[in-house]
Amino acid sequence: MSADPQTLAAAQGQQSTPFLTQAQWIRWVTKPIIFVASLVPFALLVWDGVANNLGANPVETIRLYTGDWTLRFLLITLAVTPLRRITGWNAMLRLRRMLGLFAFFYACLHFVSYIWLDQFFALDAIIEDVLDRPYITVGVASFLLLIPLAVTSTNGMVRRLGAKRWQRLHRLVYVIGIGGVIHFLWLVKSDISQPVIYGAVLALLLGYRVIWALRGSARGKAARR
Amino acid sequence: MLLIKQAPDIKSSEITDKKLFSERRRFLRTAAATGAGLASSALWLPASVQAGEKLSGVRKSTYKIDDKLTSYDYITSYNNFYEFGTDKSSPAKFAKKMKTRPWTVVVEGEVNKPGTYDIDDFIKPHALEERIYRLRCVEAWSMIVPWVGFPLADVIKRLEPNSRAKYVQFVTLYDPEQMPGQKRGLFGGGLDWPYREGLRIDEAMNPLTLFVVGLYGEVLPNQNGAPLRLVVPWKYGFKSIKSIVKMRFVEKQPATTWNMAGSSEYGFYSNVNPNVDHPRWSQKSERRIGEDSWFTPKRKTLMFNGYADQVAHLYTGMDLKKHF
Repeated sequence: MSADPQTLAAAQGQQSTPFLTQAQWIRWVTKPIIFVASLVPFALLVWDGVANNLGANPVETIRLYTGDWTLRFLLITLAVTPLRRITGWNAMLRLRRMLGLFAFFYACLHFVSYIWLDQFFALDAIIEDVLDRPYITVGVASFLLLIPLAVTSTNGMVRRLGAKRWQRLHRLVYVIGIGGVIHFLWLVKSDISQPVIYGAVLALLLGYRVIWALRGSARGKAARR
Repeated sequence: MLLIKQAPDIKSSEITDKKLFSERRRFLRTAAATGAGLASSALWLPASVQAGEKLSGVRKSTYKIDDKLTSYDYITSYNNFYEFGTDKSSPAKFAKKMKTRPWTVVVEGEVNKPGTYDIDDFIKPHALEERIYRLRCVEAWSMIVPWVGFPLADVIKRLEPNSRAKYVQFVTLYDPEQMPGQKRGLFGGGLDWPYREGLRIDEAMNPLTLFVVGLYGEVLPNQNGAPLRLVVPWKYGFKSIKSIVKMRFVEKQPATTWNMAGSSEYGFYSNVNPNVDHPRWSQKSERRIGEDSWFTPKRKTLMFNGYADQVAHLYTGMDLKKHF
């Protein structure tokens, strides 16, 4: 049998399809890399903890470190949508849930370090803190708001809630981001430069969304005319 | 014409390097101030007084706490000394290059013996003793520190304040070249330099109040406030001003740095008091630095940091919630 040209072309066509499709690439390469990278701060903390290398006040070090990483992951998660729109790389969206869950992971560590290591489950002191200290009130409230977002992060929950309602619920992350920055700002003694930097980045990320929404409604109006 | 051929008046190689210039200025300032001090050996042997060097003739005193001492490592690596940055680790990193000799202490105000004293002349008349004190930071952590120093009361008696001297103000060195935290950053450090503190004269005369020059029997490291700092053990740590260059005897309550930064949070008195919380955090308990385990709960904070017997009488009749 002689090879007919059509079969040849098909075989060549098969050869030129990539080893991995874009979706597979994200799933099997990008995502695992970012997953491991996101665990690096935690691994370093554990490493330093085991090596007794957390300084004079290890409890404070753990508390501040996990707090920093919570804020960072919140901002990284909030950066996905603007970056996706700017770069047009829509596949980034597939990383957002994981990044958001890492924000929740570090928030849990932060919360547990406060309840356990810092207060040692002294309920009266914790209640007094939550009621009397605005920065703790805001911090705890932001953490509690993160829980429903983590719980409804599965595909099944998106389906069950419906995309519209799910999206509306997950807009809470804007409030949580603002709460996180305020929590930081209200606890520093005099040098506000760090919380101001986090606040500026957050303002940029939220500001982008506002402008996007305004333009969108302008586009909508123009189309209706 | 000769003038045309002449090279520029000052060769660039002859222009003094800015750093050298300011160091020489500092030296001349100090030398002029000390006058006869020029002949004093201390001025010519700055290397002879360095952190970590053993202090001789230090006697033990009865002022001690039986708790486990906080390690030298922690006391010298976990510091609040905003002149070198707001991180706890910054002072240990950046204070090394601060020159503590030559150093002068200016005494002025309502006092019979004002003047500019060379640091070694200032310390010399006093016998050094070791005192183990609690240190309670306003941030709710604490240490047990073996200081070496002498009672401030002895210094005050020697300087002879007059009857108008109701308060003593202390001032820390202002020198952004040596103290990077004093440089104005984008947001500033939030504090108004130079750092200032003050005590009522009877607080200053209390036997507990100490001028400190050493730690663990050795010359005080820079990050802990060399060459001369105050230690007022019944008050929050920030009252114990570091690297002092000036003492001023005054009639009116002097301005103090943290009070200027936030008067609702840091009072002039700032006595350790578990019953008066900082507006933003509790003062009822404290984290002892260097506990055996991470899981050791915080300790209860004691009234006047455990020195109530010696100092409570200073505040009889005062509402300590108002005068916090």
